[in-house]
Amino acid sequence: MATVTATVGHSGVSALLKNLRGHRAVGKLLLLAVAAAVIVPVLDSHWASGTWPGALTVDLSAPLGRASEWIIDNRDSHPLFLYFFGYVSSAVVLSVRAVYVVLLAAGWAGVTAVAALVAWRTAGVRLALGTAAAFLACGLLGMWVPTMQTLALMVVAVLASVLLGALLGLAAGLSDRTYRALRPVLDTMQVLPAFAYLLPVVLVFGIGVPAAVLATVVYAAPPMARLTALGLRDADAGVMEAVTSLGATVRQRLLTARLPLARKELLLGLNQTIMMALSMAVIASVIGAGGLGDRVYQALASVDVGAALAAGIPIVLLAVVLDRVTGAAGERLGSDSGATALRWAYAAAAALAVALAGHLTGRLDWPASWTLSIAEPVNRVVDWMTNHLYSGVPYIGGTADWAGHFTTWVLDPVRDGLQWLPWWSVLLIVAALAWLIGTWRTALTAVLAMAAIGVLGVWKPSLDTLSQVLAAVAVTLVLGFATGIAAARSERVERLLRPVLDVFQTMPQFVYLIPVVALFGVGRAPAVAAAVVYALPAVVRITTQGLRAVDPAALESARSLGATGAQQLRQVQLPLARQSLLLAVNQGVVLVLAVVIIGGLVGGGALGYDVVFGLAQGDLATGLVAGAAIVCLGLMLDRVTQPTARTTKKGA
Amino acid sequence: MRLRTTSVMAGAAALLTLTGCGAVDMTKQASPFANARGSKSLTLSVQSWVGAQANVAVAQYLLEHELGYRVDTVQVDEVPAWDALSQGRVDAILEDWGHPDQEKRYVEDKKTIAPGGDLGVTGHIGWYVPTYFAKQHPDVTDWKNLNKYAGHMRTAESGGKGQLMDGSPSYVTNDKALVANLKLNYQVVFAGSEAAQITQMKQFAKEKKPFLTYWYSPQWLFKKVPMTEVKLPPYKEGCDADAAKVACAYPHTPLQKYLNADFAKSGGKAAAFLKKFKWTTEDQNEVSLMIANDKLSAQDAAKKWVDSHASTWRAWLS
Repeated sequence: MATVTATVGHSGVSALLKNLRGHRAVGKLLLLAVAAAVIVPVLDSHWASGTWPGALTVDLSAPLGRASEWIIDNRDSHPLFLYFFGYVSSAVVLSVRAVYVVLLAAGWAGVTAVAALVAWRTAGVRLALGTAAAFLACGLLGMWVPTMQTLALMVVAVLASVLLGALLGLAAGLSDRTYRALRPVLDTMQVLPAFAYLLPVVLVFGIGVPAAVLATVVYAAPPMARLTALGLRDADAGVMEAVTSLGATVRQRLLTARLPLARKELLLGLNQTIMMALSMAVIASVIGAGGLGDRVYQALASVDVGAALAAGIPIVLLAVVLDRVTGAAGERLGSDSGATALRWAYAAAAALAVALAGHLTGRLDWPASWTLSIAEPVNRVVDWMTNHLYSGVPYIGGTADWAGHFTTWVLDPVRDGLQWLPWWSVLLIVAALAWLIGTWRTALTAVLAMAAIGVLGVWKPSLDTLSQVLAAVAVTLVLGFATGIAAARSERVERLLRPVLDVFQTMPQFVYLIPVVALFGVGRAPAVAAAVVYALPAVVRITTQGLRAVDPAALESARSLGATGAQQLRQVQLPLARQSLLLAVNQGVVLVLAVVIIGGLVGGGALGYDVVFGLAQGDLATGLVAGAAIVCLGLMLDRVTQPTARTTKKGA
Repeated sequence: MRLRTTSVMAGAAALLTLTGCGAVDMTKQASPFANARGSKSLTLSVQSWVGAQANVAVAQYLLEHELGYRVDTVQVDEVPAWDALSQGRVDAILEDWGHPDQEKRYVEDKKTIAPGGDLGVTGHIGWYVPTYFAKQHPDVTDWKNLNKYAGHMRTAESGGKGQLMDGSPSYVTNDKALVANLKLNYQVVFAGSEAAQITQMKQFAKEKKPFLTYWYSPQWLFKKVPMTEVKLPPYKEGCDADAAKVACAYPHTPLQKYLNADFAKSGGKAAAFLKKFKWTTEDQNEVSLMIANDKLSAQDAAKKWVDSHASTWRAWLS
């Protein structure tokens, strides 16, 4: 009897809460409506409706133009450059060079041996074999030297990111005030598409490795900072109490208790930082990073998908290997038995022996005859696809027709609709959405971000980009949820899917660009297609995980009540996985935006084109304003879709 | 405490000596990948179009096989390439289509870039339609009749107007102004990169669809997709001075080479070689076609050309 009342009481309360929550949503909307009813007529009488009023824009092109002239004229004489940026720049060049020279001196055999032995000691035999195979594959594809260049760049960029991130994280972990101040900054950094901030870095540092490394650090440091702070703050209170009672000083507490307790988070941070740094490798090639990214970029210039793939595969292999090894190292933490130092010594000696053997036999370079050319067969496949799928397929029409229909029936109406909406109504919609899903703070940020776009004077192109993002997100979610549900219901599907998702997630976005043009023609449709391909894996993964994590007891009881599979899914799994699904939407939006912009390279136009134009013409005014608008758009989209629980990852 | 201060001081001192004491001129830093194993090396800038890749491929092949240099290549857009050249991040640009602003800033004022002479190839930008379409409708080749054909050129991207396809944002173009000033019923659609533009043109050609595009010669694609130029109002000196008021065709430009000033002075054999490097449009197209159409690697294509044109390149080495 008691239990029954308890459950009734519980469900009654939850129903009430639900009701109340519903009321709160209505209340928020009412409040917004009232505010709108007061403000809109005023706005409307002052400035016409329709597109963003010219009176409310600020033209930044003159000051930005002057700034860029000043930098170019003073770069080789002003103390700021001679004594600050100069040091930063040469420190980067020297360290990248040092790593590169060491890698070359170790030779291919030495590098492979060292990598395999490190993997063996931290992650076990299977991953050691995998690592060795991956490095050999890089050589086999004829990409040894570019791989080493990328690796040298990555080592320096990751070290710098980890150092910077750990310092920030340390500060945020130890002081509440710093934590509060830093959190929105890190949040923001993580939603920024990297493409948007290449230009300012280039302007100061010029084309080349220092600029590439610094852009990478900006992109890759936030997860480290966030996870370090998280690890330090979540330290077990009991342990801390005990350590304090033993009379440890602050520094001792940090070194002996807090940091060791946060080891898992630190390693996860390292893992995330590595992945993000690698995903920058190709984007950074636009500003002259060299290495594998540059090979991909050059191959694309001659429409050579095969060669682009040959340079893209090593990036994927490096990413997968580094991900697995650091992941496995995190899991094995603390389970190490003794005598590790000795084993490390043996391992190091063996690696050294291999490297020396390579050195003495004079086999440092990867032998030219040991390469495998995959470019030609791949290109044949691509040619076949474009020959047979582009148009004239009976009944279903070719991909070009689909792209045309998609553009006229989906992209055009959405874009025209958005651009037709009065500017204040766009702000209202943004406010309503953000407030319903988040808090008034997120709503405020979203509205301010959207308004900033108008003030910058790029309202129309931004809405164009927004329409592409919306269309791509819709397609991604439909495909992603369907695939995610399938994978959650069947282990087999998930196992089959896993390597495919791995590849799509780590393959540089640029590699998609030419095949999508070959299939969908030039325009916005291929940009959307590339974005869907890129964002899909994250959405599928989060959906699958969310559905899998649904309480088995709830499912069991539903099943015992005779619910069919579809009913279970609709009435139990999906509602319970609501948080994960929201997160999937959020991640999908952020990832789609990142690629839609790169779509400027295949005719996507709008903001992406302006960024490319700014980079290509050294036009700071156009490029930087477009970059800022992208940042605002990213911020707005993130806040509008922000679920209450955020994860630490950007690429999921 | 004392120990820590000393070690910090030592570290700072080490950093200072490492970076050469005092001021560091960041504008004079070579790529960290250059000269990695004590070999003589240089860095060439490659632009995104295939003609530029052909120049670099042949220069690289000869530098490596005849003069014993190690050559790094970096793909950089045109204007940033000037900047990189002035800073010594790259040592040479082998094909420049005319950038008067940059020439004034770096060659005349700052003197950080030195002219490297003619490439031997003359470049020309224009509007083109595929020859199969020009044969059916001969009057399309005059800009005055373009409006008549706007309906033929319409695509999903161009709205209700005809599509004039432009390429990479890094290329010199007046097309938006031209369309407006010549009162053409066309929409300029930017393909965003040359690769995207070529891919799209090949697709159109395969279906024998009409299209109007910004394009330029020398270009290997003419061999695969024959195209006919559309006559624009003739070019006169200075008619393109005001970017907003342009209403004339593009000029014919003898393409130029530029070297980093320091490299030009002390670059030894490599600099002398690059200054003498001069070939014809046909030579360039031959190599370009091998790279872009036959999908040979740039180095294989260069080797093929080098093997059969000894008399041409011997002159560059002397």
